[in-house]
Amino acid sequence: MGGTDGLSGILSLSQNAQWVLASTMMLGMASGLIGCFAYWKRHSLMSDALAHAALPGVVVGFALIGTKNLTVMTLGAAVSALLGGWLIQAIRSSSRIKEDTAMGMVLSFFFGLGIMLLTFVNRMPGGNQSGLDSFIFGQAAAMIRSDVVTMSVVAMAVVVLTLAGYKEWKLFLFDPSFARGLGLPGKRMNTVYMTALVLVIVVGIQAVGVILMAALLIIPGLSARYWTNSFGAMLMVSALFGGAAGAAGTLASMMGRGWPTGPFIVLAAAALFAVSLLFGVRKGLVAGFLSRRMKGRRARMRDRGDGAGIDAARETGAVAAGTGLAAIRGDGPALGGKGR
Amino acid sequence: MGATVMESIAGEPVLSVEGLSASYRKNRVLEDVGFEIRRGTLTAIVGPNGAGKSTLLKTLLDLHPRLSGSVRFFGLPYRQVKAKVGYVPQRSSVDWDFPTSALDVVTMGLYGQIGWFRWPRRRHRELAMQALEQMGLADYAGWQISQLSGGQQQRVFLARALVQNADLYFLDEPLAGVDAATERAIMDMLKTLRDQGKTVLVVHHDLQTVEDYFDQVLLLNRTVIAHGATEDVFDREHLVRTYGGVMRWWGGRTG
Repeated sequence: MGGTDGLSGILSLSQNAQWVLASTMMLGMASGLIGCFAYWKRHSLMSDALAHAALPGVVVGFALIGTKNLTVMTLGAAVSALLGGWLIQAIRSSSRIKEDTAMGMVLSFFFGLGIMLLTFVNRMPGGNQSGLDSFIFGQAAAMIRSDVVTMSVVAMAVVVLTLAGYKEWKLFLFDPSFARGLGLPGKRMNTVYMTALVLVIVVGIQAVGVILMAALLIIPGLSARYWTNSFGAMLMVSALFGGAAGAAGTLASMMGRGWPTGPFIVLAAAALFAVSLLFGVRKGLVAGFLSRRMKGRRARMRDRGDGAGIDAARETGAVAAGTGLAAIRGDGPALGGKGR
Repeated sequence: MGATVMESIAGEPVLSVEGLSASYRKNRVLEDVGFEIRRGTLTAIVGPNGAGKSTLLKTLLDLHPRLSGSVRFFGLPYRQVKAKVGYVPQRSSVDWDFPTSALDVVTMGLYGQIGWFRWPRRRHRELAMQALEQMGLADYAGWQISQLSGGQQQRVFLARALVQNADLYFLDEPLAGVDAATERAIMDMLKTLRDQGKTVLVVHHDLQTVEDYFDQVLLLNRTVIAHGATEDVFDREHLVRTYGGVMRWWGGRTG
């Protein structure tokens, strides 16, 4: 970390703090990547439910061992997150309850259960020092070297997974039924994706917390969409935003003793989103305003009989005619199509 | 099963379906469906809303669970002949806001040939470009797909199916909500495919154009009501049986 010596001097970061900073940055990148997957799978709320559902597992993991063993607690988090995910599926497929309703129910139930268990555990001998509370809002500063290693390994695995199957993931997310027709193993890819999502969540909750983990998954991908029309670029920008939000939030939370990391990370991500919404070159509000202005100017040029203006107008006219026709065809009597 | 009018046409059977049934959310939508499609035919699948047309396609292609019955493609189960079967889903089945270009979507039709975990090469992009040209979209190759009109999006899907170079094509409502130019381009393409000895099945909703566009018709309402050459089965009697009393159509040659 030679290059950051000056910076760390200013912020008087310890060796450990530098490692924590690096690992939350990598966590942000991983969740930026897997968050893009969740975005196109329409799993934004699902990721929130999974994160909340991890809490009871963390507490049970701690209660079983009696000490803060991160491996056991992470395992518990994974089991209980998957249980939550399974429960959502089970409710949805066995009743008429819609998926978002099932998610809302499971999310709050698991979180409530987690908080209740947490209250009991905190009364146990040694429970007060467990630092379990930090799993709610995240406490990156409480992370130790082995946590940093775990987080980095998971982040690297997600990067490799995304790169290796880039074209397969793209098809899987854009058009899953066509993908299956080409012989892509849709169900297995879904399992791999869900596993990666749960992994990122369970290693991330220590730094970001179960309540706000979903924001680190959702916001970077969503913001990236404003900057590009290519899936590959969206992944890269999203990873970049996630990494930046993770690092910025961690730095900010290190300014004060016992400040939670999650809220700062989410605020940093939200700031990036606001910038993207306004200034994103593809879908940003300013870009949209400018392109409407351009169209208006072309239309005025046409009125003055400018050649290029006429061409542009002809184009717009053709499109308008096409849409009109489509509308007529779509709304016209479908002749038995609506028969029953 | 209803009275199936089968006409023997040249060409070996490429698709044989027997006793197929499927349900959707506990409702039986397909019941004892049986038919045989021969090579080099262009067939319209016609029936009222909720008749199970899309479910039929999805069940044939293992995208929807089959409760009973057998399906054979070229005498084999679907798993073994996936590469010879092309599928064009309904346009509304995907999110067109997905960040990708028209050319990129067409290239997806080649992923099977390119091989998993390999990157598309220049010749793949050229093939995709040719297919776009055939559908009259050469100028739109680099466009973000959400900026294309509905008809152009449908043609992108057609081009993607074309590069697959399959022998049997399934299309789910390819003419729904498209402009006249797209409708012409698509039907010309389907007829060309048929004339090349390929076989095409189309879920179709516009009864007025059935006689002009298709040589075979499969009338479906949870089960096969009639199936055969258009001039033999596409008549008032069969349509009334397919659509029930609410059918308001009495045009065309069927008086």
